[in-house]
Amino acid sequence: MSRNVLILGATSAIARGTAAAFAARGDDLYLASRDLEELKRIAADLHVRYGVKVRYGLFDATATETHVAFLMKVIKDMQALSGVVLAFGLLGDQQAAREFSVAEKIIASNFTGAVSILSLCANYFEPFKRGFIIGISSVAGDRGRQSNYVYGAAKGALSLYLQGLRNRLFASGVRVITIKPGFVDTAMTFGMPGLFLVASPQTIGKQIVKSLSKSADVVYLPGFWRYIMLIIKHIPETIFKRMKM
Amino acid sequence: MPTLISPISGWGRYPVQSCELERPERYADLRPTTDTVIARGQGRSYGDASLNEDGRVILTERIDRMLDLDVKQGILRAEAGVTLAEILPVIVKQGWFLPVTPGTKFVSLGGCMAADVHGKNHHHEGSFADHVLGIELILADGSQKSCSAAENADIFWATVGGMGLTGIIGEVTLKLTPIQTSQMMVSHHAARNLEHLFQLLQDPALDDRYSVAWIDCLANGDHLGRGIAMFGHHASTAEFAGKNPLSAKAKRIRSLPFDFPSWALNPLSISAFNKLYYNKESRKHSPFLSDYDTYFYPLDSIGQWNRLYGKRGFVQYQCVIPDKTALVGMTALLGTLSESRRASFLAVLKRFGAQGKGMLSFPLAGYTLALDLPIRDKGLFSLLDKLDNIVLKYGGRVYLAKDARLSAESFTTMYPRYDEWLKIKKAIDPTNRFSSSLARRLEIGRSNIEGAGK
Repeated sequence: MSRNVLILGATSAIARGTAAAFAARGDDLYLASRDLEELKRIAADLHVRYGVKVRYGLFDATATETHVAFLMKVIKDMQALSGVVLAFGLLGDQQAAREFSVAEKIIASNFTGAVSILSLCANYFEPFKRGFIIGISSVAGDRGRQSNYVYGAAKGALSLYLQGLRNRLFASGVRVITIKPGFVDTAMTFGMPGLFLVASPQTIGKQIVKSLSKSADVVYLPGFWRYIMLIIKHIPETIFKRMKM
Repeated sequence: MPTLISPISGWGRYPVQSCELERPERYADLRPTTDTVIARGQGRSYGDASLNEDGRVILTERIDRMLDLDVKQGILRAEAGVTLAEILPVIVKQGWFLPVTPGTKFVSLGGCMAADVHGKNHHHEGSFADHVLGIELILADGSQKSCSAAENADIFWATVGGMGLTGIIGEVTLKLTPIQTSQMMVSHHAARNLEHLFQLLQDPALDDRYSVAWIDCLANGDHLGRGIAMFGHHASTAEFAGKNPLSAKAKRIRSLPFDFPSWALNPLSISAFNKLYYNKESRKHSPFLSDYDTYFYPLDSIGQWNRLYGKRGFVQYQCVIPDKTALVGMTALLGTLSESRRASFLAVLKRFGAQGKGMLSFPLAGYTLALDLPIRDKGLFSLLDKLDNIVLKYGGRVYLAKDARLSAESFTTMYPRYDEWLKIKKAIDPTNRFSSSLARRLEIGRSNIEGAGK
């Protein structure tokens, strides 16, 4: 059955991979981000390749006051919404994020903005007793590390928020899935030292769409990251605080 | 934009050079970011055309969106980073095919334009650029210019075959060719020697839309140039009665998991292979059906086949010799190769039609020979210099997209329109911002720096 899927932050490489995987199975899409010129190109491409209907529109995660009007427009254009993928995020510069003004932006994008739009989506899906919310969080949210703890804290908070949302929406049959990608070959990681077993965004996108037909609520991608993070989470804090990570 | 300093090479894995890579994901970020840049699509040119030693290389692989496909007119507009492999399944099922395709589909549209690639149908349909309706070119100052045979024509024809040195190709609009089925109708004809092979390729009774010849280049003496001429065309629905005439199922790719030792391909093993191949393939006189993947891209089904040649890599030597001296020139080339006892695993002969308008385009009316030669020692390079001299003597030229070792002097003799090209280059890129290792080796664009008094 064909679905109508909204993708928030649709210009990222993982979002593109996910959109392609939805389109390949015949789903119509609404792509949203701040960059209309880029959305136009991505939408055209998905239409040419897969023949599905792809709409796009402006969405700014941090302009939370615009979110109600945005979602109403999406629902009006799509007529019905089957699900939402939250793919936006801002890694930021940890060094610069020692300044609160920078940290605030990272939190505003990854967490506050996400809570704003997902609350609206949850309230929309709940009475229909169907729908799905896929939130792309990060393994960085599993434990605070000096190299990216502001981003990690915001993603960790997002993971907790999704967990609570899942608990609330379970009764109404709305799926909430938390995706925790490890190293994916995107603009965020390009040229970063110390990467290993980097996954392609196309592969991650396919696995994200596949997660809808599986039962897991929290999905590490690629799957082996579950075990890496299991180890990292279990290192005693007295040792962890001395490590350079 | 984050960058990555990494040793890279072209498809021949020679030379390997350290370059600073950047990989834009947004179209707006596709622009020259430092003083010396070259765009690189799939890195399928063989030598140093997509390298920029100690300089910046802009990877276009993520600028790969198909923007519009007019299924009635057969016109595709796409970003330059998209590969033919991604385009084919989309257009074939709509009854369209690439007007010109090289022997691999793992090349970008931008690369096809920059090298003005050719296929097996050059003698009928010309080279890639002959079917390009227009491009968007990103210039040295970061601005974008629409270019075509009608608009900014001088910049367009300087970019055709211009090896990325006029700017970054951002978008390409391509006129496709209609097909009734995705199958090819193919026939093979054996030739006992080179003269016979030329006769077969010229025979109007045998000629077809596509033609190509495989040469057993270990055969010598009376058999020098022994080979098989292969003809083909897109099968019509009358020729192919299958259920799904426009099926575009890609074949599975198996990759070579490791580098072969460099001695694996030696005269003995190649000679054994050639005998087998000749005996098997030369029997296929009567036309047979083949899917387009097998016909056009036989080597693509073996991922990373360049590892066959071992760690030291290989050089593909491709040259063209004009019609009237082609037979004597090719005889001299194959004779010299045969004497050297350096076996070429792959030797391919094709016919070219009239020269196109690209100022630095490779094809000219004549015959083109391509040889894959593994690098085992320095002796190979002196052999290739000898081959250059033969090519020069008979008025031919060497293909820059395959080249890793030509001299600047030979280049200027082989490409007589270089001066005309340089004028346009100077006008649109006065500081020689678009440069590559190939450009510096062949001193392409160098004199405009001197002209600027630097």
